[in-house]
Amino acid sequence: MSDIAAIATPNASGGIGVIRISGENAIEIADRVFRSLSGKKLSDIKGYTALYGGIYDGDEKLDEGVALVYRAPKSYTGENVAEISCHGGLYVTGRVLRTVLKNGAVPAGPGEFTKRAFINGKIDLAEAEAVMNIISSHGQQSLNAALNTLEGKLSGQIRDITSSLANASAAIAVWTDDPDEDVPEAHEKNVKNTICGALERLNRIIENFDNGQAVTEGVNTVICGHPNVGKSTLMNLLTGYDRSIVTSVAGTTRDIVEETVRIGDIVLHLADTAGIRESDDIVESIGIDRTLKKIRNSDLILAVFDGSESLTKEDISLLEKCKSRRAVAVINKSDLDTVIDIKKISEYIPWVVQLSASTGEGAEGLRIALEKLLGTKELDTSSGMLANERQRMCCEKAAESLEEALGGIDAGITLDAVNVSIDYAIEQLLELTGEKAREAVVNEIFSKFCVGK
Amino acid sequence: MEFNAGKYDVAVIGAGHAGIEAALASARLGCRTVIFTITLDFVGNMPCNPSIGGTSKGHLVREIDALGGEMGRAADKNSIQTRMLNRGKGPAVHSLRAQIDRRSYTSYMKHCIEKQENLDLKQAEIVNLRRSNGQWELVTRLDAVYEAKAVILATGTFLNGKIYVGDKSYMSGPDGVFPAVGLTEALEKLGLPLRRFKTGTPSRVNRRSVDFSGLEIQEGDERVVPFSYETQTPPENKAVCYISYTNDRTKQIILDNIDRSPLYGGKIEGIGPRYCPSIEDKIMRFSEKERHQLFIEPCGLDTEELYLQGMSSSLPEDVQLAFLHTIKGLENAEVMRNAYAIEYDCVDPVAMSATLEFKDVPCLYGAGQFNGSSGYEEAAAQGLVAGINAALKIQGKEPLILDRAGSYIGTLIDDLVTKGCNEPYRMMTSRSEYRLYLRQDNADTRLTETGYKIGLISEERHKKFLRKLELIKEERERVEKTVIAPSEEADAVMIKCGTAPLTTGCKLSELIKRPQLNYEVLTPVDKNRPELSGDIFEQVEIELKYEGYIKRQKAQIAEMRRLEVKLIPRDINYDDVTGLRLEACEKLKKVRPENIGQASRISGVSPADISVLLIYLTKKGK
Repeated sequence: MSDIAAIATPNASGGIGVIRISGENAIEIADRVFRSLSGKKLSDIKGYTALYGGIYDGDEKLDEGVALVYRAPKSYTGENVAEISCHGGLYVTGRVLRTVLKNGAVPAGPGEFTKRAFINGKIDLAEAEAVMNIISSHGQQSLNAALNTLEGKLSGQIRDITSSLANASAAIAVWTDDPDEDVPEAHEKNVKNTICGALERLNRIIENFDNGQAVTEGVNTVICGHPNVGKSTLMNLLTGYDRSIVTSVAGTTRDIVEETVRIGDIVLHLADTAGIRESDDIVESIGIDRTLKKIRNSDLILAVFDGSESLTKEDISLLEKCKSRRAVAVINKSDLDTVIDIKKISEYIPWVVQLSASTGEGAEGLRIALEKLLGTKELDTSSGMLANERQRMCCEKAAESLEEALGGIDAGITLDAVNVSIDYAIEQLLELTGEKAREAVVNEIFSKFCVGK
Repeated sequence: MEFNAGKYDVAVIGAGHAGIEAALASARLGCRTVIFTITLDFVGNMPCNPSIGGTSKGHLVREIDALGGEMGRAADKNSIQTRMLNRGKGPAVHSLRAQIDRRSYTSYMKHCIEKQENLDLKQAEIVNLRRSNGQWELVTRLDAVYEAKAVILATGTFLNGKIYVGDKSYMSGPDGVFPAVGLTEALEKLGLPLRRFKTGTPSRVNRRSVDFSGLEIQEGDERVVPFSYETQTPPENKAVCYISYTNDRTKQIILDNIDRSPLYGGKIEGIGPRYCPSIEDKIMRFSEKERHQLFIEPCGLDTEELYLQGMSSSLPEDVQLAFLHTIKGLENAEVMRNAYAIEYDCVDPVAMSATLEFKDVPCLYGAGQFNGSSGYEEAAAQGLVAGINAALKIQGKEPLILDRAGSYIGTLIDDLVTKGCNEPYRMMTSRSEYRLYLRQDNADTRLTETGYKIGLISEERHKKFLRKLELIKEERERVEKTVIAPSEEADAVMIKCGTAPLTTGCKLSELIKRPQLNYEVLTPVDKNRPELSGDIFEQVEIELKYEGYIKRQKAQIAEMRRLEVKLIPRDINYDDVTGLRLEACEKLKKVRPENIGQASRISGVSPADISVLLIYLTKKGK
């Protein structure tokens, strides 16, 4: 059985989010994303015990939390289980889940934990019957959903990509399967072009999915800048749009104030930070440290500058940190004379918006910039394509496989082997449309090439 | 009046490529076996191309050989030209192909059967097949009644065979042999889902009438590799093939007469194979293509008959002559046998299990074209599996089921019995998801042990095989341990091959992995290389070069086999499975998969359906 993972807490904002992993290697997988403060490994501790520590995607720290270990058969599913509890935002839990998937788990199907619990004798027949109904309704639903999305724009794109790959695969297959036939030679260059094209489009779709999350789940955003540039005023301006949908949590332990706001279609999880400056004050420098960490871990930076003053050393150092990140430079105090070197700023951050946080003038410009930057403007929300992590994972695996194919070609690997990677990518993509890869390629061969005795 | 003519364990109907392997396997496993053929002169006949092997088909022949079948040895003995196709395109697609002397092949196979203990060869048409007292009764046209415990149907294109040439059509088997016309009714009575398929063959011309002067020659390999792992002396090349092309005039003649084609005229109802199109099909479907290639192949050493591969047709004879004469080299060709299309009865293979036994008719097996496949090699592969399973069943032993992860034979059978086929099924490397592992060079390491366990591989051959495995292992260990130090000599090799010179000592295995290098070019730096046969080095080299890919394929195989061992009981009632979607339910009822793995490969069965099924089965199992 594969190792499965899912967010076990309700799909809504809450105090705590739990990511559950189940399967033979569940604890090892958890070890790959969780580093305990004590240095102990989860695989070294007994069942029913927990460790406190950080949750990491590679070197990037996502959150802090607690990891609990259950050892087979003493767990809900009867298998090895690891549960990682983190802060309960949809965005954070989603990131943690994705990292777990990246490290060897596969997304759990509907009701799969319960199914395993049943198979391993942990729950009784009546419960299993109930689960079966859930699974079947989910199956039907997801099928319907899949059918609906097949009409969508993005799924059309997936189909296009698949068919270009099937075409390349068929060209290789026919070239190798019918060597005596008068068929065009499969040129590595052509194959490579096809793969590159497919890869580019695939990556765009994955990106679009991530942007889509800006709509549904929100983007971790940090507001930063040196003191008195108007960060808090900006925060108030943004939250003031509609207080009723704003939840306010004072970050008592972090010196960071967090708010969730909706700007147009976009949900931002805003964090107002301590101003960055060099400081001798120990307490203040701890706060600044946290700010810098927050900048590293956020997905969107709103870098605020005082337009009425020229750029400071601190400003430049902040700009350095924003380089090649998703960031918007907010030039505040547009009601005063503009002194700041906007051209210089735009060398670091292409998205520059001028506004006055105190009067609200120019706020519309920020909304437009955000929509453009996050790609939500072009987002086809009606199609609902790539609605979940499973679909995203299919695309990602396909992309990975294509990278591997490219690597193979560059390393001089023969096309028969390269084609296995292409086929695997096709298979992943067809999982989204419900077709079978072998047949797709075989059909392609017969429709495109004239072969046979 | 009917009379009792004899009693057997296994009876095989048809002595083509499927029937031969079935009968030989069954007899070799100790079952009293009889094999029937309409004419003794066409045992193992090649009514179409005079060749064996080709991409993926060559793989099949080697697998047949590794399991103890006859085809590989027979091909080696009667080969007149051999080529390893796709050299330079990667080991997964290397494939052997041999031109065969078709008359001597037939004699070889007939004699092989005649000499086989436990096996009787009879010329007779079986016109009825019925159950009586728990036995099969086979009735010949002359009312002789044979009893058998198991029957294997290997009727090829003979069953209600009907030949089409233009607007003419008549009941006939291939090559002017009469068809089998009695048996269909009996099979229908047994409830087999029969249908009509179609295939075709090109004309044969007399060598004297062909002008070879402007044609491309295709020679055999300099170093011939045999099919069979038993063949010690590789066959010699004794003949060449030629290549020519159709042209505008060929196309024009065909287009002008297309309404006279029985297919385009709507007379043929049988479904023809897309991969084996007639020349008129190619021209209609690929109208943008300016020319089509054809191969001129000798039918044997003692004949002037030449086979025109690529020119299959069912147009009227006068049109055939006219378009052939437009082709370079064939301007004055004398046709000896005309091209034709043939339509025949065959079965929907989803009615069978992976043992090739009919699910609803115990002790009845099918193999070859009767199962909807096409090709001599595909037929032989199924014949072997059907013959082995009939014998095992009679002897009360566990059946032989080859899965798709272990062989092309397994892939072929799984495709047939799981997905069925809408046209005659041809093997292709692209049909296997595990093709980097399922290579022709390692067919013996994949299957010899199985053949030995069944009892078709001799002690001697098995010992030799184990020795080979040992040598491969030792050599692999040697190259993993051997370190090549930087030296002028080493630099010279690296530079010559266009790869980076050594800066520090490097494992020999790592060098072999470099795409630019191989055993051959590394000879000067590999001082302590043992004297081993080339196939040992070949195995080590391929394993190293494709290590990453093969590892991944093996992981996929392990994953696939996990589902394959979850059996579904024969008596499952899919209507009782709560939560199964309607489409899945219907598909499952039709195919009746033997295990979860097979079920998951049926189109229309979703992962959610499989989950539902798994839960149902676990519940049942309690």
